[in-house]
Amino acid sequence: MFIGRNLKQKVSPWLLALVLLTVGSGCSNTSNDSSNTGGDTEQSSSNSNSRLAAVKNRGSLICGVNGQLPGFSFVDENGEYSGMDVDLCKAVAAALFDDPTKIEYRDLSAQERFTAVQSGEVDFLSRNTTWTLSRDTSVGMEFAPTTFYDGQGLLVTKASGIEKLEDLNNKSVCVLSGTTNEQNLADRMRKLGLNYTPVVFEDVDLLYGAYEQERCEVATSDRSQLTARRAVLSKPDAHQVLDIVLSKEPLGPLVANGDSQWFDVIKWVTYAMIEAEELGINAQNIDSFANTEDPTIKRFLGLEGNLGEDMGLPNDFAKRVVKHVGNYGEVYDRNIGKPFNLDRGLNALWKDGGLMYAPPFR
Amino acid sequence: MQQSEKVPFWRNSRAIEIVGQVLVLAMVIGAIAFLGNNLVNNFRRLNLSFGYNFLSRPASFGIANPPISYSPTSPYIRALSIGLLNSLRVMFFGIIFATTIGITIGIGRLSNNWLVRKLAGVYVEVIRNTPLLLQLFFWYFAVFLKLPKIDRPVIVGNIIFLTNRGLDVPWYEPSWRTGLALLTILGCILVAIVGWLKRIKAIEQGQNPQLWLWLIGVSAIAIILLFCFGIDWVIPQLEDKFIRGGLNLSPEFATLLIGLSIYTAGFIAEVVRAGIQSVNIGQTEAARALGLKPGMTMQLVIFPQALRVMIPPLTSEFLNLAKNSSLAIAIGYSDIYAIGNTISNQTGKSVEILLIIMTTYLTINLIISGIMNRFNSLVQIKER
Repeated sequence: MFIGRNLKQKVSPWLLALVLLTVGSGCSNTSNDSSNTGGDTEQSSSNSNSRLAAVKNRGSLICGVNGQLPGFSFVDENGEYSGMDVDLCKAVAAALFDDPTKIEYRDLSAQERFTAVQSGEVDFLSRNTTWTLSRDTSVGMEFAPTTFYDGQGLLVTKASGIEKLEDLNNKSVCVLSGTTNEQNLADRMRKLGLNYTPVVFEDVDLLYGAYEQERCEVATSDRSQLTARRAVLSKPDAHQVLDIVLSKEPLGPLVANGDSQWFDVIKWVTYAMIEAEELGINAQNIDSFANTEDPTIKRFLGLEGNLGEDMGLPNDFAKRVVKHVGNYGEVYDRNIGKPFNLDRGLNALWKDGGLMYAPPFR
Repeated sequence: MQQSEKVPFWRNSRAIEIVGQVLVLAMVIGAIAFLGNNLVNNFRRLNLSFGYNFLSRPASFGIANPPISYSPTSPYIRALSIGLLNSLRVMFFGIIFATTIGITIGIGRLSNNWLVRKLAGVYVEVIRNTPLLLQLFFWYFAVFLKLPKIDRPVIVGNIIFLTNRGLDVPWYEPSWRTGLALLTILGCILVAIVGWLKRIKAIEQGQNPQLWLWLIGVSAIAIILLFCFGIDWVIPQLEDKFIRGGLNLSPEFATLLIGLSIYTAGFIAEVVRAGIQSVNIGQTEAARALGLKPGMTMQLVIFPQALRVMIPPLTSEFLNLAKNSSLAIAIGYSDIYAIGNTISNQTGKSVEILLIIMTTYLTINLIISGIMNRFNSLVQIKER
């Protein structure tokens, strides 16, 4: 008994430290374990162990979305997801399973998103995320093509009389934590030598709730988000999104570093939607191309060659994407163009003076 | 006799004890090794590196109302220390408020007055049985953001401004005059405390406490005079929808402080009630028989004895308050957890930040429980 007690007394501080360490590393790991439910142990570079195989085995796609942003990803009162980011999830599911409903959505906050990808809790992230150098390198992400070229804007009440950036001196600004917006704002204000009070929220709904209660004169975020959220404020006409653009915000899907096969899938599914628009193929007319003689379209739809199979996808993946989800133009109009009256602008095809450009499907 | 010496080891209680402990230790080490290995593998898979060098890089995000000077060019470590100070501020005042409210409510639950008793009961049941997060949202959206807007603030005596941007109060300007005044005030407070203790001693020994009361009164007047005229105050000024100068207590801070205090007070009230009820009724009867008034009975006889029972559960309420302060992130208050989250999001160093935050909370809580344990041993019965 005495020995036992002595041992215990000696060990206890160490046990404490050890327990601390376990939990510390455990937090970042438990989520990883849960992602491996598909029975895979992921290793980089070897193709058979790509996340692609895991997703196929699982039979469904786990897609990280925002869930609170109309136009991009939004849950309606029936629990249905809709929006441009959601359509990208659907496009990937359609390419993999020919069924755009085989998706598990995970609502992620701006804070949670990168950890969720790093730890493998989600297969990929389609959550209006700005492509930056540090996120691409030190955060360990891999960005697929930009699906929406955005810029940071300012939402103000018309009564406030704020028209330009200089008017923000001594004002309170509501901003979402962990976003590029938070940093851009700090940069711009520093450059102009202005003094401001940031009010930083973690939750989008809370941010606009506090803004409506006039906790801050200004809410800042990507312009598309401000436009979308303005539409659901209680008095949209009392507010306006200023014409000022503070930054470049290329938004797109992303996956974790070190799995190029899975990255290719996301990348080329995204390109398939853009290419389909360029080729004039949409969800309605796609069946009429079954007997086409155009070799580009034949290759694209998988009637010729084996572009899909080489990637580990069915050969007709692009056809499935367009059939179930539509081409980029349809997706844009359905989610953003029509509801919010937003022009294509930079998001038009390269042929029409925009930036949407898919490399050749060859 | 020979046989008894040859007890097989699986029936030897000492051997079993040692083997059991070795097994548990092996399991713990195994679990740690497994998790650690997992972590290392994942870091390698994602090409991430582990290290704290990033702390000296500029933070490049803004923080409202920093308690120490801060700009977006300051390093991450400074941003984290602001978070720490903000957390400590809430914990410190939260513990004081929660204890004060909790003791009041706890004693109220045992009041002879029916209304007071019932009101205290309702308070405890409502506060204890609803989630803290919900209460915080209530305080934030239904109370503090409903205060008057910035264009028509409530002004008290032209020095205090109340809006839904927060409470703006005068604040001292650092100068030698202010420093001197603050030191003198501290001295007066010490004198008053000594006077209070002497007064209690005088009452206990049946002497006249009048002299000590005078001492307390004089130092109180000195404190008030010094406070009003000795310190260089910066008075907030309202100018074009902006309040300049003074100290701004943001609605986020107020929400967290009030929310946490009210919530924890509900639990502390029950601890206080249990402590008081644990004191034998005979103590009250004896005190009354000696002619002590009910207030004095509570203060001098019941409460000191109840403290012995109250302190251990009180400690865990304080620890809970400290940990619950991390809910600040939900209502936009920049505590260490919120700032840590922002930094981990910007830099991708989630494991490193997680370790920093955990170590911080662990240290704070070990300090709190250390202080409370010391206090506990002070109030225990001293056997001579």
